[in-house]
Amino acid sequence: MTLSAYLLVGATLFTLGVVGIFMNRKNLIILLMAIELMLLAVNLNFVAFSHFLGNAEGQIFVFFILTVAAAEAAIGLAILVVLFRTLKTVEVEKLDGLRG
Amino acid sequence: MDYTTAFFFAFSAVLLFAAARVISSRNPVHSALFLVLTFFSAASLWLLLRAEFLAITLVLVYVGAVMVLFLFVVMMIDFDLERLRQGFWSNLKVALPVGVLILFEMGAIVLRSFQVAPVPAANNTLSNTQVLGMVLYTQYVYPFLLAAVILLVAMVAAIALTLRHRKDSRHQNVGEQVRVRARDRLRMVSFKKGDRA
Repeated sequence: MTLSAYLLVGATLFTLGVVGIFMNRKNLIILLMAIELMLLAVNLNFVAFSHFLGNAEGQIFVFFILTVAAAEAAIGLAILVVLFRTLKTVEVEKLDGLRG
Repeated sequence: MDYTTAFFFAFSAVLLFAAARVISSRNPVHSALFLVLTFFSAASLWLLLRAEFLAITLVLVYVGAVMVLFLFVVMMIDFDLERLRQGFWSNLKVALPVGVLILFEMGAIVLRSFQVAPVPAANNTLSNTQVLGMVLYTQYVYPFLLAAVILLVAMVAAIALTLRHRKDSRHQNVGEQVRVRARDRLRMVSFKKGDRA
């Protein structure tokens, strides 16, 4: 398969993540999952480039992205749990404590 | 069509189908499970790209740890599904043009711009893990240590955010016990002579 085919799969996956953020505007946990999808698309592109250019450094980058994404998911879910404990809901519209 | 191409199309189809179900499922538990399927298909694609170490890492770390965390949280939280689904399809008239536009733009760039030579045959005897290790522990050793620090900070932050002291639990305060004085425990009362209780 060519590089373009992998990049196109990555672009479609990224688009699905963006569409997911637009469509699930209320549900905070689906928003987190859509962010994971977009990160996965980026990682797919990095691995594809790394393979087709014969350079291992793209995979090193994916390694670090995975680390940061794991940290982000852990803290995001912790915030979600605290939020649910105080608001009794995960609706994004109810997050108006600052009256912005 | 050789095997690699067939596998590529199969894994890509599963990947995109599962990703579409992640964002369109009614039940968040189903979304989390479809996200697991998405990660598995992505790991299979990475195997086709000969990135074995990262494929295994994706399954172990992401499916094994992060997605289990997601499932814990999803099952712990009591969703009001009807309220959360309100306006889901009415958002489509914004989401669809934006999505088509993004896909069109990225597709136009991706299909035209990146023409690379065909893959050179793998003639090195080192495995993918060895290659990664040789770069990671020499050239990228400081970012590697920094990643460890990030994970530590994330762990401390997640615990500090969700830690809750129960007010009704009976526990000993060791500091106060050590600091105790005799007059805190024993009260001296002087009686008058001839007083009788």
